[in-house]
Amino acid sequence: MEEQLIFNYTIPGDDFTRAGEASSSVKNKLKKMGLDSGTIRKVSIAMYEGEINMVIHADGGAITVEISPEKIRMILADTGPGIADIDKAMENGYSTAPEEVRSLGFGAGMGLPNMKKYTDYMNIDSTVGVGTTVTMDVYL
Amino acid sequence: MTIEMIKSLLHADILYGSKYLEHEVNYAFSSDMMSDVLAFATDHSALITGLCNPQVVRTAEMLDIVCIIFVRNKIPDQNILTLAEEKEIVILCTGHGMFTACGILYSNGLLGGA
Ligand SMILES: Nc1ncnc2c1ncn2[C@@H]1O[C@H](COP(=O)(O)OP(=O)(O)OP(=O)(O)O)[C@@H](O)[C@H]1O
Ligand SMILES: [Mg+2]
Repeated sequence: MEEQLIFNYTIPGDDFTRAGEASSSVKNKLKKMGLDSGTIRKVSIAMYEGEINMVIHADGGAITVEISPEKIRMILADTGPGIADIDKAMENGYSTAPEEVRSLGFGAGMGLPNMKKYTDYMNIDSTVGVGTTVTMDVYL
Repeated sequence: MTIEMIKSLLHADILYGSKYLEHEVNYAFSSDMMSDVLAFATDHSALITGLCNPQVVRTAEMLDIVCIIFVRNKIPDQNILTLAEEKEIVILCTGHGMFTACGILYSNGLLGGA
């Protein structure tokens, strides 16, 4: 493997039906690179949850995926409303999603806990009114 | 349990994936909330759901789920079927409700993964 591979994605905020395309693309790339299925699964689920959050809570954003010999790093940055209480947002079952989002199958308040569960490192940097950046690593 | 067996037990229609009928499903999981599925489902399982939108297929894709069973006569649109074909995920539709569909499969030996 080369020293580092970087993939960039722009996530549109206005098309829920297309949410997940970036995660799907990364999943296919990792498969082609021959990574083990457990690692691919962790990265896919964590990134997909993050991508969905960007679409339903922040009107889209940008995702960078960096693949190095040691780890896969996902950086999800948006300029949405931000998260006022990160500890609360991390709680299982906490969601501010409106009924319309719940009828689409999201808003159980399990996305951030899932992202934490499936990654080896996760950090949320968020400022209300400015945006949110979630960084996640899966070690190889 | 094979997908063919599931299809016959649920009197389901197959909308995509007739060529995968002999594939095995190890476990099943049912929910209308996708993050719930993403938290607990194990791979090579079937997803039983009343939710009918493209994110069901995306969720299945991330988890390597091999078969989606839509209950209560929910009929997926072409957009959903095209995505399922692209990801090679079998689509079944049954008239049974969620509880009954799960009950039939469980009592015939298909277990939950979690
Ligand atoms: N990118 C983001 N921008 C702004 N708020 C966010 C963002 N991501 C998460 N949140 C806030 O954190 C809460 C919890 O997020 P989490 O992903 O755990 O649950 P959810 O998205 O509401 O539901 P689920 O993920 O189960 O579908 C959200 O309801 C929302 O208030
Ligand atoms: Mg979420």
